[in-house]
Amino acid sequence: MTAPEASAPALALRDVEIVYRVRGHDREVVRGISLTVEQASSYGLVGESGCGKSTVALAVVRYLPRNGRVTAGTVEVAGRNALALRGESLRRYRRDVVSMVYQNPGSALNPSLRVGRQLNEVFELRGAKRGEARERSLAALREVNIGDPDSVLRRYPHQLSGGMQQRVIIAMSLATDPSLLILDEPTTGLDATVEAEVLDLIAELQERHRTAVLFISHNLGVIRKMCSRIGVLYAGELVEEGPTEQLLGDPRHPYTVGLLRCIPRGGLDKDHGRLDTIPGFLPPIGVPLPACVFVARCGLAQEICSDQKPPDYVVGPDHHSRCHFHEHAQELPRHADPTPARNGEAVDRERTPLLRVDDLSKTFHQEGREIKALAGVSALLWEGETLGLVGESGSGKTTFARTLLGIVEPTSGTVQIDGREMPARLLNRSSADVAALQIVFQNPDSALNRRHTVRRMLKRTLTKLASISGRAADDRADELVGQVRLPERVLSARPTALSGGQKQRVSIARAFAGEPRLVVCDEPTSALDVSVQAAILNLLVDLQATKRTSYVFISHDLGVVRYLSDRIAVLYLGRLMELGPAETVFSGPHHPYTEALLSAVPTIEGEQRVRIDLEGEIPSAASPPSGCVFHTRCPRFLGEICVAEEPPLAEVEPGHLMRCHIPIEELRRLQTTAPGEPALTP
Amino acid sequence: MSSLSGNVPELPVIVEGRVPAAQLDSPSRVRRDTLRQILRSPTFVIGALVTLFWVACALFGESIAPHDPIDESFEASYVSPSWDFPFGLDRNGRDIVSRVIVGSRSVLEVAPAASILGVVLGSLLGLVMGYFGGWVDNVIGRVIDAILAIPLIVLAILVLTALSASSEGISISPLKLIMVVGLAFTPIVARTVRSAVLVERDLDYVQAAKLRGERAPYIMLAEILPNVMGPIIVELTVRLGYAVFAVATLAFLGYGPQPPTPDWGLEIAEQYADVSLAWWAVVFPALAIASLVVAINLIADTVQQVLDQ
Repeated sequence: MTAPEASAPALALRDVEIVYRVRGHDREVVRGISLTVEQASSYGLVGESGCGKSTVALAVVRYLPRNGRVTAGTVEVAGRNALALRGESLRRYRRDVVSMVYQNPGSALNPSLRVGRQLNEVFELRGAKRGEARERSLAALREVNIGDPDSVLRRYPHQLSGGMQQRVIIAMSLATDPSLLILDEPTTGLDATVEAEVLDLIAELQERHRTAVLFISHNLGVIRKMCSRIGVLYAGELVEEGPTEQLLGDPRHPYTVGLLRCIPRGGLDKDHGRLDTIPGFLPPIGVPLPACVFVARCGLAQEICSDQKPPDYVVGPDHHSRCHFHEHAQELPRHADPTPARNGEAVDRERTPLLRVDDLSKTFHQEGREIKALAGVSALLWEGETLGLVGESGSGKTTFARTLLGIVEPTSGTVQIDGREMPARLLNRSSADVAALQIVFQNPDSALNRRHTVRRMLKRTLTKLASISGRAADDRADELVGQVRLPERVLSARPTALSGGQKQRVSIARAFAGEPRLVVCDEPTSALDVSVQAAILNLLVDLQATKRTSYVFISHDLGVVRYLSDRIAVLYLGRLMELGPAETVFSGPHHPYTEALLSAVPTIEGEQRVRIDLEGEIPSAASPPSGCVFHTRCPRFLGEICVAEEPPLAEVEPGHLMRCHIPIEELRRLQTTAPGEPALTP
Repeated sequence: MSSLSGNVPELPVIVEGRVPAAQLDSPSRVRRDTLRQILRSPTFVIGALVTLFWVACALFGESIAPHDPIDESFEASYVSPSWDFPFGLDRNGRDIVSRVIVGSRSVLEVAPAASILGVVLGSLLGLVMGYFGGWVDNVIGRVIDAILAIPLIVLAILVLTALSASSEGISISPLKLIMVVGLAFTPIVARTVRSAVLVERDLDYVQAAKLRGERAPYIMLAEILPNVMGPIIVELTVRLGYAVFAVATLAFLGYGPQPPTPDWGLEIAEQYADVSLAWWAVVFPALAIASLVVAINLIADTVQQVLDQ
C-alpha cells in the first residue's frame, strides 16, 4: 500500500466503469465516471433510481455484489488505490479509511447484539481495551446528541427508533475518523422532523471532524442543504457537475433542468398549473446507449446528439456539462401543458359534503395496553376536493384512511359518503359502497398481483364494482388505460414487465374502475422518482377535474401535499391539531406543530428558514401526554395550562380550526419573529 | 362513460412501454434465460437422465429386461454377477437385472401420485392457515405439530395396518399406499405453504381484492395461490424424493407389493439375511433406490436454486 499523500483528495474516481453480470450477460451500470471529493468537503451525487449512485458507493468501499465488477478506471481514496487492495490490506482500509452509512438503519445494525457490544467492537478492532472502548462508545454517543448514552448502550437495536438507530450508525462510522464518509440516502426512511435533525447533526460533525463526505440522495433539497458540490448522474454517466449554488441556480444540462421543473415547490398548487415532466424514462441497465445518453428524452435533441458523444464542456468555473446545447439548456421546451386542469370552479359548500367524518376514534388493544390511534377526528370534504393528511409516522394518518375504507373498524364515530352512512365493516358494505371508496397504494410493486395481467385485474374490478362483464368490460378496460395515458398494449402485460410509474397508473385505473366518489391516495408517489411523480400528480389532478372525485391524500412530502390539496388536516397522536384550507394552513399563522413540520423541510431554493427543533420523539400512543398531547415537544410551550388542559379544536378564522391555547393573533405575531421567545399567557 | 373522456386534455400517450426493458427483462426472455440456466446445469442434466431412465424402465420394463423377472428356471440360486447375468441371480434363481428394471414400476406408480396428493392437500391447508391466521391457524397448527412428532414411517404403518386389518394378509393396493403416503406428507407441505402465504397475505394486492368485495376462497385460490407456486413446486420435487424412499421402505417392511412381484424394497427384505452369501442380491436393488432418490434430489436442488434467484 502506498503511503497516503497529505494533499491527495479524499476520493478520486477516474473513468470508472462497472458492470453487473445478469443471467449470463454483462450489463453496464456505470459508464466512465470521473469525480473528485476534496478533503473536508461534501459532494452530492443525485439521480433517479437505477442511475448507478449506490453502485459507485459500493465500488468505493469494495462491496460490489458478487456479480458486479469494475472493468476500467481507478478509484483512489486518500491517495490509496482502492481497487488494488486484497485480504488484510482491504480489511484495514475498511477499518481505517472509509465508512458508509446506509439507507435503512434497521438492517445495518445486528438485531441480536446490544448496541454497546456493536459500538465497542469498532474501538476494540482498533486496539482499544474493553474499559477504554466503553468510555469511547459513551463519548461517541454523546457526540451524536444522544441524551442517555448509558441506557442506549444496553439496548437492542429494535428498542430504538429509526432516528436513534441512524445516530448510532453515524457515531459508529465516525468513530474511526475516516478520510471518507459515504452516506447513501441516510435520511430517506425518516420523518421530515427527524431527517432535519440528523442532517444538522451530520453537517455539524463533518465540520468538527473535517471528514470528506460523499452524499448520495435523490432529494435535491437535502443535497442542497448538505453539499458544496453536486454531480448529476444519469444512466451511469455524470451529465453535469458543479458547485451547488451554480448548478441549481444556472443548470446547464436539460436533464438537470427537467428534474428541477418536476418538483412541486415554492408553494405551487394544482390551480396554478401542471407540473412539467420528463418524457420517456431511464434506459434500463444493459441496453446499448446512444451517443448522448439523454437524447431519447431531450426536447433539445438534434441530429448531432445521436451521432456524437458530447464531451465534458466547461460551462463555468468548475462547472461541467455533457450537453452539446448547454447554452440553451434552460430553454428546454415544456413537455407538459402548463395550463391548470381546472378553472377554479367554486365549491358549493351549501351542498351535502361528499365526505363527512364524525368523531372517528380507533383504539387498538395490544398486550393489555390501549393504543389510541385515532381520537375523535371530524372532517368535511366536498366533491372534487382533496384533503391532505399531514403528520409524522405514528400520527394516525394511515389508521384514518383505513377506517374510511372499512379495513379497520372504528371504535366509535361514523363515516358518511354523500350523506349516506357507511357500515363500519367492509364485509357489511354494499358493492355500491365498496365502489365509492377506493385506494391507490404507496408501493406499486405490492399493489398489483404480479401473476395477473393488467386486463385481468381491470376486468375483474369492473365485474365486481361496476357490474360490467364480457365485451363491455374489455371496451371499458381499454378506455381506462387510455385515461391513465398508458398504451393499450399494457393490457396484456403483467406487472413485472412495467416500470414503477406504469404500475402506479394501472393502480389508479383500477381505483377508478368503479366510478369512485372518494379515492384514498396513501403516499402514491413516495416510491417513485421525481420525474415520474410529476406525471402521476398531473394525472391525479386531471382525473379529479374531469370526474369530480375527491381525494384523501397522505404524504410526508409537504410540497406534494400542498400542490394537490384544497384542505389540510394535521394529525398528531391521532388527534386533529389543525384543519383548514390549504392556503391558510400553509401561509399561517400555523399551529406550533405545523410550524415545526414546515420548518423541517429542506428546500431547493435554499431559503434560510429557521428550523424549529422538535425535542425528542413522538410519544407512545399507549400513554399520550396529559393536557395538550403536543406539550412535551412544543416549541411554543406556554406553561401549566398546556399540561393540565387539552385545548379545544376551535375555529380561529373562518374555516380554519386549531387546537392550541395560544390565541391566533399571538401566533401570528410570534411566527413573524424568531421562535423561542416567551409567549404571553392567555 | 363517454362523459368522462370528453374534456380530458389530449396529451401524448406515455411512451414508457416502448423501451428496450421489454426486451431485456420481458417475462418470455426471463423464462428463456431461466430455462437455459436449468438445462445447462450439470446436476440437473444428470438427475433428469437418471430419472428418465427409471421412468422408461417402469413403462416398458418387460421389453427392456433381458429375462423374465419372475422366471425361476435358471439352474441355481445365488449365482454371482457374470456376462450373462450382470447383477447375478437371486435365491430363487431369478435374474436380478430384470427384477431391478421391472421393479421400478411399483415405486413409480405410487411415489409421484402420493407426492401430488400430499402437495395439493397441503397447499390448500396451508392457504387456509396462512390466510385466516388467528385461531384457525392455531388449531390446525397444533394438530400438525402433533402429527409431525410421529415418524412418517411409523405413522404410515399404523394407518396401513388399521386399514388392512379386515382383509386377508397385508397385501396393500397402490391406491391405498398413495392415499396414506400423500396424507402423511400433507402436514409438512401445509407448514411450508403457510409461511409463504403469510408473506403474501400482507401485500397490498390482497387488500385491493378485499376492497372490490372478493370472498376468501377467490382471494386464496386466484390471488395468492399463483404467487406461492414457486415454493409449492420446490416442495413437490423434494417430496417426490422422500416419497420414493418412503414407498421403498414400506415395501421392505412388507407394506406393499407381495412376492413374487419384482420390487426394490421387497427384494432387499427377502434377501438381506443372506447378504454375506450373496451381496449382489441386496446391493443392486439398494443402488437402484439410491440412484432414483439422489437423481430426484439433484433436480429439486436445481429447481430451488433457479426459483430462488
